[in-house]
Amino acid sequence: MTAKIVRPYGDTTGDGRIQVSFTLPVPFGTPAEKARAEGAAMQLAGKMGLDPAMVVHAKGMGPDYTFFIVYGRVSHLVDLSQVTVTEREFPLLSPAEVNLRIRTGLGRKLVVVGACIGTDAHTVGIDAILNVKGHSGEKGLEYYREIRVVNLGSQVAVPDLVARSAVEGADAVLVSQVVTQRDAHITNAKEMSSAFRAAAPRSGARRGPLLVVGGPRFDPSGAAELGVDKIFGKGTTPGEVASYLAYALAPDAPGTGGTGMAGGGAVEEAGALA
Amino acid sequence: MQTRLNLDPAMVAEARALAAKAGQPIVAMARTHTTVSVERAVLRLAGLQGADAEGMPLVNHLVDAVRATTGLEHGVALPAWDALLTGGFDNLAALAGAAARGKVAFRIPAGPDAAAARAAASAALAAGIGRIDANRMQRQRMIEQTSEPRKPWIYLIVATGDIFEDIPQAQAAAREGADIIAVIRSTGQSLLDYVPEGATREGFAGTYATQENFRLMRAALDETSRELGRYVRLTNYASGLCMPEIASLAGLERLDMMLNDCMYGIIFRDINPRRTFIDQRFSRQIHARAGIIINTGEDNYLTTADAVDAAHTVVVSQLMNEFFGKEAGLADGQLGLGHAFEINPAVPDSFLLELAHAQLVRELFPDAPLKYMPPTKHMTGNVFAGYLLDAFFNLCGVMTDQSILLIGMMTEGIHTPFLSDRDLALENVRYVRDAAGRLGESFVPAPGGFIEQRAKQVLGESVALLRRISAEGLLTAIADGTFGITKRPADGGRGLDGVISRADGYFNPASEILEYSERALAPDSDLTAAAQTGAVR
Repeated sequence: MTAKIVRPYGDTTGDGRIQVSFTLPVPFGTPAEKARAEGAAMQLAGKMGLDPAMVVHAKGMGPDYTFFIVYGRVSHLVDLSQVTVTEREFPLLSPAEVNLRIRTGLGRKLVVVGACIGTDAHTVGIDAILNVKGHSGEKGLEYYREIRVVNLGSQVAVPDLVARSAVEGADAVLVSQVVTQRDAHITNAKEMSSAFRAAAPRSGARRGPLLVVGGPRFDPSGAAELGVDKIFGKGTTPGEVASYLAYALAPDAPGTGGTGMAGGGAVEEAGALA
Repeated sequence: MQTRLNLDPAMVAEARALAAKAGQPIVAMARTHTTVSVERAVLRLAGLQGADAEGMPLVNHLVDAVRATTGLEHGVALPAWDALLTGGFDNLAALAGAAARGKVAFRIPAGPDAAAARAAASAALAAGIGRIDANRMQRQRMIEQTSEPRKPWIYLIVATGDIFEDIPQAQAAAREGADIIAVIRSTGQSLLDYVPEGATREGFAGTYATQENFRLMRAALDETSRELGRYVRLTNYASGLCMPEIASLAGLERLDMMLNDCMYGIIFRDINPRRTFIDQRFSRQIHARAGIIINTGEDNYLTTADAVDAAHTVVVSQLMNEFFGKEAGLADGQLGLGHAFEINPAVPDSFLLELAHAQLVRELFPDAPLKYMPPTKHMTGNVFAGYLLDAFFNLCGVMTDQSILLIGMMTEGIHTPFLSDRDLALENVRYVRDAAGRLGESFVPAPGGFIEQRAKQVLGESVALLRRISAEGLLTAIADGTFGITKRPADGGRGLDGVISRADGYFNPASEILEYSERALAPDSDLTAAAQTGAVR
């Protein structure tokens, strides 16, 4: 008996009441300025569809800005039948869930070898994914107890990467490419994937490590063209990569299906010690 | 001597003795080695600035050229000043330019030539360190002309990536009540083996630490300090592969505090442990001389491990940081040891546990300007609950007399703080400070009660861990994954190739001044005055 059409709920069904807060670049000093500032907030609230609206709090911040808290009623309707949910191919897992899935599904540590290949010396991307430090509030793969990370750094030659991956028993190889001059990232990625194929041809059951590339200029849908298993684009977080690796390499076991609680934002001092 | 936690003075003394035992071999290693960054710092202190067209600094060119010919076992100074004197170069920049083009034949001078090179290098370094001394006095004068803010000092962060955007934001934050401005560095600067040059307008989630950026921001905050009648301190990060150089630039440009942890780079950035410890000792000698307060990074351990289970690793790291810091010449008043309010709020008695941890650290380090970090790990996106948690953090901070409070943002982990987030955060801390600022004097945990018991337990666990570390060696402990959860072997990580064993005739004109200098210049106002009654020493 779930309703298909709903409105925001304040304290009565259908009252449409919401709360918003925002800042406008207007002064809040003299009585005239205060009146104008509140009027400006009311105007914005009105344009946002709040009717009636009430400015319950206004406070000047420095000489040029004012902060507002506004309550009001919106007339908008939410049509639940029109809500679409985009699903990713793999569930987003918390670090604990990733570890559990590797432990139960793989039964040993998952080995990841990472590198920047070719002449690319920009390790910012691979380090952000691999270093404990991580980024965007998520710890890097080194933080995961069940993942063993071998970070080869920058300007690694492809044959060296293939050889080292074999020595380390890599389950996955992560390659970061930032430099894109003359499509170097595409050329390098293809060279890398064919070298791994030559070293361990794939037929039926997987042989050779899972190949993952990442970088701001890659098209995430072009994995097949590059001969790799997965491409991560701009804004990828370590948690997404870890979740994907667990999904792709550790068979699912009961209780590790994911709660969508990945992330959980341990941001240090907004990047302490950078 | 009375304490609020009735800590056993013998146990506290044992903890310090164990930390010293664990640290001694590291100090011995640092005294017999140098690094490319230490040698570059010598050149920076002698005034060598500038970079080539590709942005590679001249100090890198000169050190690399010397290394390629004579090696660095004797230090960069002897061959560099010898070439400067005998090669007819106008200055170090001209020498470095020629060296970069392979046009300089370096040698290790002997006899009168060696004496001349030593004398010239020593004079250049005396001038550079003289500038650091003058800056220290200038800071003192600025504080006298404006005023010293009351404790706890309020620490706020800016970081847009563009120094010219950072400046008005920092000035606005100071006007809003910040006593300390920290400019976060661009992501990954730790891993660059050179310091970028000049004013920078692009960075990844932060602004590059450069000498010119330091100068610009300090000048702007001086202007704001005078406007507000309150000295606003500037903080940056002496960490990563260029730690000694950045410490030197901080001294030369009168920065006031520097993040400088003994193990952070090793654990969180996979920088080689030996490189880190050697670089760190030189950096701290500079900080000591410059009157800079260091901030250590123990809060980071609590973001990777459980804040209850790992509480003792914070204390152990603080004791190690204290030992290394004092060995390098830092005074108690310069040891901004770090810790954090990171216990899961769902844990029963979590606030009591936080009070126990914070009070323990206060009593262990009564004269240190402790830096207390707000919750980040359990900030969930529920900004309303987060605001409450930040208020409890502020309350714990004033009750346990913390010195520096990094102000928590209710939108932690969501976005770079909005102007309004920052304003609300300051309103929060102002309320707590005004309403409960004197609560600390009445905060006496019940003898034998939960808080006292917990503090004693953490101290006991710390001593047990220190026993293990001092028995097996700090480098082994780090390799075993004792701190954080990452294993960092002594010969792994970045930067080991920049570590050089000193030869018998090693000469470092900066170290000659710093090792034997009269450490105690004028004491820095109230930093040395312990306000702590009943402190354990």
